[in-house]
Amino acid sequence: MEDIIKKQIDRELTIVSNEQTAYKVFKMVLKGDTSLFTAPGQFINIKLPGFYLRRPISVSDYDSEGLTIIYKVVGNGTDYLSTMKAGDTLSCLMGLGNGFSVEACGDHVLLVGGGVGTPPMYGLAKALIGMGKKVSVVLGFNSAADVFYEEEFKALGKESGGIEVRVATVDGSYGTKGFVTDCLEGLDDITDYCACGPMPMLKALYRYYDGKKCGQLSFEERMGCGFGACVGCSISTNSGFKKVCKDGPVFSSEDVML
Amino acid sequence: MADISTELSGKRLDNPIIPASGTFGFGAEFKNLYDINILGSFSFKGTTKEPRFGNPTPRIAECREGMINSVGLANPGIDKVISEELPQLRKIFHKPIIANISGFSVDEYKYCCERINKEEQVEIIEVNISCPNVHAGGMAFGTSPDAAAEVTAAVKSVTDKPVYMKLSPNVTSITDIAMACEAAGADGISLINTLLGMRIDIRRGRPVIANKMGGFSGPAIFPVAVRMVYQVYDAVNIPIIGMGGVSTAEDVIEMMMAGASAVEIGAQNLVDPYVCPKIIERLPGLCDELGIEKISNIIGKAHG
Repeated sequence: MEDIIKKQIDRELTIVSNEQTAYKVFKMVLKGDTSLFTAPGQFINIKLPGFYLRRPISVSDYDSEGLTIIYKVVGNGTDYLSTMKAGDTLSCLMGLGNGFSVEACGDHVLLVGGGVGTPPMYGLAKALIGMGKKVSVVLGFNSAADVFYEEEFKALGKESGGIEVRVATVDGSYGTKGFVTDCLEGLDDITDYCACGPMPMLKALYRYYDGKKCGQLSFEERMGCGFGACVGCSISTNSGFKKVCKDGPVFSSEDVML
Repeated sequence: MADISTELSGKRLDNPIIPASGTFGFGAEFKNLYDINILGSFSFKGTTKEPRFGNPTPRIAECREGMINSVGLANPGIDKVISEELPQLRKIFHKPIIANISGFSVDEYKYCCERINKEEQVEIIEVNISCPNVHAGGMAFGTSPDAAAEVTAAVKSVTDKPVYMKLSPNVTSITDIAMACEAAGADGISLINTLLGMRIDIRRGRPVIANKMGGFSGPAIFPVAVRMVYQVYDAVNIPIIGMGGVSTAEDVIEMMMAGASAVEIGAQNLVDPYVCPKIIERLPGLCDELGIEKISNIIGKAHG
């Protein structure tokens, strides 16, 4: 068998911790080989016992020892995931998707995360700061109980002289009342933006910058396989039909038709 | 070690394992994962005359032991398949392939088969008259014996390659359809395509799939597939490619005992991208355990 396999993307990861971090939101740290990851914004596809399709979850952060995912309980699969304990193992397809291009980013990048679109922005922020770039962060949630990772983002900026983190909640129970686009004032000196979140948020951002700033947008879609085989998660772009899982999940704002 | 080679219309396959259309694209996603030349053959993504985006998303839903898809024949169109996909495929896959063709009219099936007939690497044409995800054409041709026969005769008139008609399980009598295809000149039968299914998101109170319904596949449908292959084997004298929920080497043996000469693996490729090499590696040993010297000897064995 070994001589037939060219690249083993199915890896077994061991759960180090799995803790609730906001309303229905859990942070899971996994240990294992992460050598297939090349960029922030990539994802893993998790096989859960008793569920047929795998669950695609974006990677928040990774290093050579393991990775962190932050997921929301939205159905039976993620509910099951939330009950798993340290020491349990998971079969994961690794290094999926293209991720954000840090090289394509300018000197002052606006990072926008909406709800569980927030996690991949953390690894991205870390990478950009590591390259000496300035980042500003805007996070959007429904309500105060949903807010997570504000402090983690702030902590990232400690050594680089601080980063600005703004939070919006739809019901106004925390931060600015409204959507992420309601707290962009004064951030006109950004060179470009990166975002991950629900489609209405991506559309609003795209309209807000109206082509004046370029963005990298990470899309969500229900997936069959996560590696390009089933064509379940297609998207229309200016350069043709693309697969969210394989050609994306990150697309250039100029390429997608919003 | 057991001989696991088999035959379809006089063409030898090193083993009976064929990734099913729509779960393997044109091989590009799998070629980096393993040496795809170990496969018996593979059936490429269902191709139509025009390029198609397919149905709106979401078009995938989870089920117990299976999944629903309503991809809707997303494909680059026959021109691009011939000019771009097949030349790429030739570089990575050195065995005969099965061309999966779909259409929305008899003329469209005919047109695509005529075009694909000139492709040397294509050894068998698998004609999909069973796609549940498109409104016109697709399954409509596979649910009436007369329409199935009409498509069969039309494509047979434009190709000298063996034609396998891919049938829908969403019918009252699968044997009537299979016999009509055989009478119209089909060289083989592929079955089953997906079962029309549906899921509703109870949190939103709306169908999960944008197109509401889709094709149900995966291990849950395996018993239905075995039953239909068994019935069709009794009804026709042409070879059968069996498919529907096949996920293990044991399933392959069972499907062949029901009457399949070769077996397609579909949904399982999406969950375990290495399932085909795993089955191919396991088959000879499993045959030995079961006292099977030559796998082709078990085709239809369950019929006594």
